[in-house]
Amino acid sequence: MTLLELRGLRKEYGGRIGQAATVAVDGVSLAVAEGETLALVGESGSGKTTLVRLLLRLTEPTAGQVLFDGGDLAGLTPARLRAVRREMQVVLQDPYSSMNPRMRVTDIVAEPLVTHDPAVRGRARRPGLRERVGGLLEAVGLPAAVQDRYPHEFSGGQRQRISIARALALEPRLLVLDEPTSALDVSVQAQVLDLLAELQRRRGLTYVFVSHNLAVVRAVADRVAVMRHGRIVEIGPAAQVFDAPGHAYTRALLDAVPDPDPRRARRRKAG
Amino acid sequence: MNTILEINDLSVEFRLGTGTVRAVENVSMHVAAGETLAVVGESGSGKTATALSVLRLNPAPPCVYSGGEVLLDGRDVLTLSEKELRAVRGNDVAMIFQDPMTSLNPLVKVGAQLAEVLRVHQGASRAQARAAVVPALSEAGIPDPEHRAGQYPHQLSGGLRQRVMIAMALIGRPRVLIADEPTTALDVTVQAQILDLIAELGRRHGMAVLLITHDLGVVAEVADRVVVLNQGRAVETGDVMDVLTDPADDYTRALLRATPRLELP
Repeated sequence: MTLLELRGLRKEYGGRIGQAATVAVDGVSLAVAEGETLALVGESGSGKTTLVRLLLRLTEPTAGQVLFDGGDLAGLTPARLRAVRREMQVVLQDPYSSMNPRMRVTDIVAEPLVTHDPAVRGRARRPGLRERVGGLLEAVGLPAAVQDRYPHEFSGGQRQRISIARALALEPRLLVLDEPTSALDVSVQAQVLDLLAELQRRRGLTYVFVSHNLAVVRAVADRVAVMRHGRIVEIGPAAQVFDAPGHAYTRALLDAVPDPDPRRARRRKAG
Repeated sequence: MNTILEINDLSVEFRLGTGTVRAVENVSMHVAAGETLAVVGESGSGKTATALSVLRLNPAPPCVYSGGEVLLDGRDVLTLSEKELRAVRGNDVAMIFQDPMTSLNPLVKVGAQLAEVLRVHQGASRAQARAAVVPALSEAGIPDPEHRAGQYPHQLSGGLRQRVMIAMALIGRPRVLIADEPTTALDVTVQAQILDLIAELGRRHGMAVLLITHDLGVVAEVADRVVVLNQGRAVETGDVMDVLTDPADDYTRALLRATPRLELP
């Protein structure tokens, strides 16, 4: 079943009289099925961040549609849009800049609940909230007791776990993961990727995973969309895109990835 | 092999109000002319503190070089006077950093920044310095170097800026090049080009290259030998082929296992 569908999505920036507009996203159509991981791959300027903003409707498209669970996000009233937003959450690259340093973890993780949940709204200290936050923290592999601490007391990997707990608070169906491990050390990255896989299995989550790191994408994606200059140049099952890339740009991108096996690295250089 | 840089039992401490952090503990390594040595580790492993020690660039205080020596052509950098150090910096040893935008002056044209290196470090005349700029940019693989020399850093892409940094580092013909995460901020296709450029120029000019990185893929691509750092200690040293295909240390093995790769082994 399709959860998210983009149809002919286009976004232009600027473009005054006598000046051409910058086309950040140029006619993108794709569908994401419930429970799958679609990876969005591209280099800087490829339009992947703009595409993410469009599908979360943080930016209005110049043309085209975003359908979530069959409904067009464009026509929604503010109240309906809020309801849909509960079902789509985002985890950003930098866990340092995506939380308020003066809030305790308990308030950071509870904030979406306080904002969106009618049963909690306006009553932040409502009994039961601490238990819910504690449960969310445990789901991402942190002890419930850390909720009284501040963000600076955690490492980068722990902070990214807190970001994930916050994103899960409203029990969304879609998680947009925008370079979720790019700021992390490689051993920590592996742990966070494992956590994301486990959460997806247990909760049936749908992931849109944005990354410039093709080796990470290979490890997590069911399907891969390769973006360049605002367009999707290739989309398909991960195994096919990686093992039999159909587009010259995809091949160039794959060839450029450094391989930690020196035998392979040298063979490639020689041939 | 002709060893240019030799680090013996280096220990570096940061004496902070809250206590002493031992960033580097008894680390040794050596780099020969024309060779690339990779120093690999995660955050906090001491790789940058080690690299900065070669030019004594760690902020002191709080940094104290508590033990060991850093020999550049047999002279211990850690005991040089400030004046002698200035002669080493930019002449014998040059550095490039991760983010070229913060290392370039945004208000000065690229060509003038390159010329300044020769004027300050080698006492070149204005005309001599200017004449060296375009060949230096050209050697770093910058297309249309005459035009680029007249541009400001913000007019260049990230890859071109890093090429400018390489040109600037090499214009004084240093014997040692220290590259601290030189491609981490770059796109993957650009990264491959910059790594090839550093390796090629290192070989051509017989430079000793010290490459600091967190990425084992980068190590495999360009390094001859590798030192693996963990929590300030060198846990494994050796030929890249040996260390990455048959690691002897548990930490190296864990690091390799955690590194995602395109092709499964």
